[in-house]
Amino acid sequence: MGGSPIGAAEVIVAASRGEAIDAFGDGAGVTVVAGGTIVMPDITHRRRDAERVVLIGNAGMSGISSEGGRTVIGAATTLADLSDAVEPLGTCARRVADIEIREQATIGGNLCAPPGVESPRGDLQAALLVLDAQIRSAGAGGERTDPVEDVLAADGSRLVLDISIAEPEAAATATVRRPHAHAYTVMRVCAARVDGEVRIAVSGAAPRAVRLKACEAAAAGGADAATTAERALEDVTPSDDALASGWYRAKVLPVLVRDALTQLG
Amino acid sequence: MELTVNGVRHDVISPPLTTLLNVLREELYVTSPKAGCEQGGCGACTVHVDGRPRRACLLPLAAVEGAEITTVEGLSEGEELSTVQAAFHEHYAAQCGFCTSGFVMAAEALVNAEPAHPVGRDEIIEALSGHVCRCTGYAKILDAVAAASRGEGSVDNEPAFASTGGEPEGGAPTKGAPA
Repeated sequence: MGGSPIGAAEVIVAASRGEAIDAFGDGAGVTVVAGGTIVMPDITHRRRDAERVVLIGNAGMSGISSEGGRTVIGAATTLADLSDAVEPLGTCARRVADIEIREQATIGGNLCAPPGVESPRGDLQAALLVLDAQIRSAGAGGERTDPVEDVLAADGSRLVLDISIAEPEAAATATVRRPHAHAYTVMRVCAARVDGEVRIAVSGAAPRAVRLKACEAAAAGGADAATTAERALEDVTPSDDALASGWYRAKVLPVLVRDALTQLG
Repeated sequence: MELTVNGVRHDVISPPLTTLLNVLREELYVTSPKAGCEQGGCGACTVHVDGRPRRACLLPLAAVEGAEITTVEGLSEGEELSTVQAAFHEHYAAQCGFCTSGFVMAAEALVNAEPAHPVGRDEIIEALSGHVCRCTGYAKILDAVAAASRGEGSVDNEPAFASTGGEPEGGAPTKGAPA
């Protein structure tokens, strides 16, 4: 169990986006804390080295605006503020944990969530995949914009600044939830039609959300929902965790795909 | 760093990454928020930060510098319980009490939300859904919060049962008191 003592960390509270970018630098040895709902337990319990910690929760990096037909969301925007966001993002945001967590957790943190070990994380990732999210980030080499798929495949060494998403023509979700006071998500399929094309992704089937490209190809070829759903496991092999077995997920995923596509119409 | 807790400004020496929970309990001896899961899942650590309920175990001290922190200790005016506190007492909404501080702070935020409105059971469950109780089965907690949302705290804060031994406070013995 590594981790440096909490007292030894250099802590920078960024008061602006510029300060956050400067403090982040090239990201070496930096831990970013926005809402802290995922990162703080790792720091507190010394599962993560805290050498240089940059707090961006009060750096003016939250907010939702429109730019050229797309919605731009600041990385530090809370999930509570995304309750009424364009679907399927709104549904994903509303169904995370409880109101106290949602008013603290951020979309940037959710996107950058390290893969869950005992249970899935990053409930918003599938929505971002189907909404053609473009991620603006800072880090080595300066600012740049990348598709969300690339960010999810990368090692998380950049500072997310904001996320822009498309306005879909239609959207749908199909979810397996575990009963609780706030029934939490085991696995969810998000589907959207963007610029006439069907996009499908799943969160909670793998350590990070996955785009179901074989299903998309089937749908683009005119296959109906049930036929398309048969290809669900071509892009992901679900794994076991504390919430559900890989076997169960593999059984249920095609059902969710079929349901989401049927709703999408 | 400066931290204002229940209206009192403190100079705090804990390192900036110390959780607000540990600052409150270990440095300031404000012990109503409890260390349950210490990872944001149980709600036992919930306090108010600028009037909103938050998990103190998830907040680094540096993120709340300058904020107004309110805990259970700051709810009552002297010996006058808040409506929520009185309702919890009246409806027997606590057994071991470990979760109670967190539930009370969540309930305070709900009951005192603007604009004031009658709160249905579903809304109470939604607002409190981040809090775990292992003792009560939640029913009495929901009753208490519903009562508080209707403005029904205890009228005079007299205990429902006499204290053990000696004369009950307030004079006339209540039902079942020793003679």
